[in-house]
Amino acid sequence: MKKTLNIAMILFVSFLISCGGKEEKKKEGFSYEKKAPTEQKIKKVESLPASKQIDLDNKGIGPISSISLASEIDQTMANHGADVFKKMCAACHRPDKKFIGPAPKNILSRRSPEWVMNMILNPDEMVQKDPLAKALLIEFNGSPMANQNLSEEDARAVLEYFRTLK
Amino acid sequence: MKNILKSTLALLSVLVAFTSCNNASKSNSGALSSSAAEKVYVAPGEHDEFYAFISGGFSGQLSVYGLPSGRLFKVIPVFSQDAEKAYGYNEETKPMLNTSHGFVPWDDSHHPDISQTNGEIDGRWIFINGNNTPRIAKIDLSTFETTEIIEVPNSAGNHSSSFVTENSEYVVAGTRFSIPIPQKDMPIKDYKGNFKGALSFISIDPEHGHMDIKFQLIMPGFDYDLSHPGRGKSHGWFFFTTYNTEEASTLMEVNASQNDKDFIAAVNWKKIEEYVNNGGGTMMPANYAHNVYDEATHSATSTMKKEVRVVNPLDVPGAVYFLPTPKSPHGCDVDPTGEYIVGNGKLSANLTVHSFTKMLAAIENNKVAGDAYGIPILNFEDVLAGVVEQPGLGPLHTEFDGKGNAYTTFFISSEVVKWKLGTWEVVDRQPCYYSVGHLMIPGGNSQKPWGKYVVAMNKITKDRYLPTGPEVTQSAQLYDISGEKMELLLDFPTIGEPHYAAGCPADLIKPRSKKLFKLEDNKHPYAALSEADTKVVRDGKTVHVYMTTIRSHFAPDNIEGVKVGDKVYFHVTNLEQDYDVPHGVSMIGANTSELLIMPGQTETFLWEPKQVGVWPFYCTDFCSALHQEMQGYVRVSPANANTPLKWSLGEDIE
Repeated sequence: MKKTLNIAMILFVSFLISCGGKEEKKKEGFSYEKKAPTEQKIKKVESLPASKQIDLDNKGIGPISSISLASEIDQTMANHGADVFKKMCAACHRPDKKFIGPAPKNILSRRSPEWVMNMILNPDEMVQKDPLAKALLIEFNGSPMANQNLSEEDARAVLEYFRTLK
Repeated sequence: MKNILKSTLALLSVLVAFTSCNNASKSNSGALSSSAAEKVYVAPGEHDEFYAFISGGFSGQLSVYGLPSGRLFKVIPVFSQDAEKAYGYNEETKPMLNTSHGFVPWDDSHHPDISQTNGEIDGRWIFINGNNTPRIAKIDLSTFETTEIIEVPNSAGNHSSSFVTENSEYVVAGTRFSIPIPQKDMPIKDYKGNFKGALSFISIDPEHGHMDIKFQLIMPGFDYDLSHPGRGKSHGWFFFTTYNTEEASTLMEVNASQNDKDFIAAVNWKKIEEYVNNGGGTMMPANYAHNVYDEATHSATSTMKKEVRVVNPLDVPGAVYFLPTPKSPHGCDVDPTGEYIVGNGKLSANLTVHSFTKMLAAIENNKVAGDAYGIPILNFEDVLAGVVEQPGLGPLHTEFDGKGNAYTTFFISSEVVKWKLGTWEVVDRQPCYYSVGHLMIPGGNSQKPWGKYVVAMNKITKDRYLPTGPEVTQSAQLYDISGEKMELLLDFPTIGEPHYAAGCPADLIKPRSKKLFKLEDNKHPYAALSEADTKVVRDGKTVHVYMTTIRSHFAPDNIEGVKVGDKVYFHVTNLEQDYDVPHGVSMIGANTSELLIMPGQTETFLWEPKQVGVWPFYCTDFCSALHQEMQGYVRVSPANANTPLKWSLGEDIE
């Protein structure tokens, strides 16, 4: 009994020492399965998170069936789009890093322009029916893409702004 | 044996055929005559045909029901604080309840009336009176929110209110109790001849509905009980019932019931308006609040007005007449043509109906029977159109179906009685459970009622529902009046004690109902219109938090540098721009209600931290799958601490 106590004491003290060494990198209160086990990731190499998957053929579901982008970026439209983005989207999206929702940077290398606009204009139906949007909802903790009631014109301007994010 | 079996089988099959046949014919007849349940059934997801706005009585509010289902949709806070909606609790709406007596958090709301154009309900605004501390409120029917309240000076027991003329020129507010005008310290027993009753004509701005007291008619010291506008041929006149023409000031139930006849006061407001427009009347010192809610700033302001125009009826000859009406008339109701004025003499065995045409003729022929304080009294017989003989006991109110029928409530005999205008014959009667007060036919106070249903608002409930202790809910009843006989369809509970209601087809209001407030139109001085605008600003001991909400976080959600003894104003803007995504917020220990913020709106609550610590706040309206995660902390340091003011959201995010 005494021995076990001693061992426990030693373990405890060594734990304290290892912990106390660096103030900044304090261990969390517990670490039980906080992150998904890494083996699973290795097993399923083929299933990338939805935010990293590339699907340029899927046009999504909503009012936009086809748009064509000019080769040059319309800077005036992009500036307006940046303004709309700042007012209506920035609460959940940072241009170049994951926040509440995914970052729009390089979005057009992963999604069709129609899909992007439909996701802005028709998010409720998209997260119910579009496989990618459904997967994104799960990837982002069930945080819904809010319908901010943008006009098609404003949504198009936001898309133009996204083209500048590279 | 076989034979027996066979014949039994045959007999059985005949029997089966017979019974099934019988069943079929039964169900056929059932489908032909639809049941009361079918008439009030509104299938899930379907909408009601009518809106009914039923006053909340001593709750001070206005409730919104659907007809025929009797389903409650909303309680609109008007004269009383409502913690659910932060009305009268948040900084924006506190000024709505300001009066000359200071902040008054309650009133007794009585008679809603919807605005009209050309004598028909237009569904733009609804007005309702506060009875106790005299006020008139305007509710905007595009937002179902109270947007204006005006106090009525020189008034007490604001009961013959708030009825709207046929082009919404005026909403009219008459005093029930007469008082010294101006108020002064005097013996109560000197009431007679010294107390006066003010009838206030409040103009309505045609575009925004803003209210302004155009003039007050200073009448003899009677009790002005109820009123209604003339319409059609009688447009330009207003009619008020009176009681206590005895001018008693004590033991009223005896002393105010002595005279055989009291009066209906007929007021030619067009004539007085003309007199006032030409500079008539005098400005008298007064003190009354005018509170206006601005939809752009989402905020109300209260202004104290310092004078009011008063008119002595004797200065405008031909503007006011008294029509003798038996026994303390209560309701004063004008039929859709404007010809008949019903005086519901509550202590009379008969129902008295005056004729507008006969009244004009009597005035023209100068048939005056006497005067009261110089106001001419016409002969009862000269103005009488007819009498409904012994229809019931204790008549209170009458409504009309637009098909030549009138419906009167009888409190003592507890029934609604249908009778014919012109022939005065009783057509039908239906019992009420129990002791009905007001009744309402959608559009009943207009030239064009929709005579399909009548709602009876009962004063006594007793055993109509499962008991809930000594205090039980109020009880309303819905009758189908589309046929010759009335048919009781439904009982449904109501809030407070309803006094009158107003209704109209849903199609008049539904298409205009707002779904959200546009962020770009938000002009609130403390709005943060994007997360980039969020900040915390200290100004001495006052701290302003410019906060935003969107599914599912507050920005900022961590605040430090607040100290004990600070006054912390949380100005919270809901950045959502989608229908039905409100967010709520409150702070531990806040001495006020939560906020409930509609999309695009900004609201403010005050928190005065009293204890050092780290205190949480959270979203109080379930907004999304991550609603439980919508929370934050404020660090409160001692009053003398130097903790720097800091705010953040998601700084540790990758």
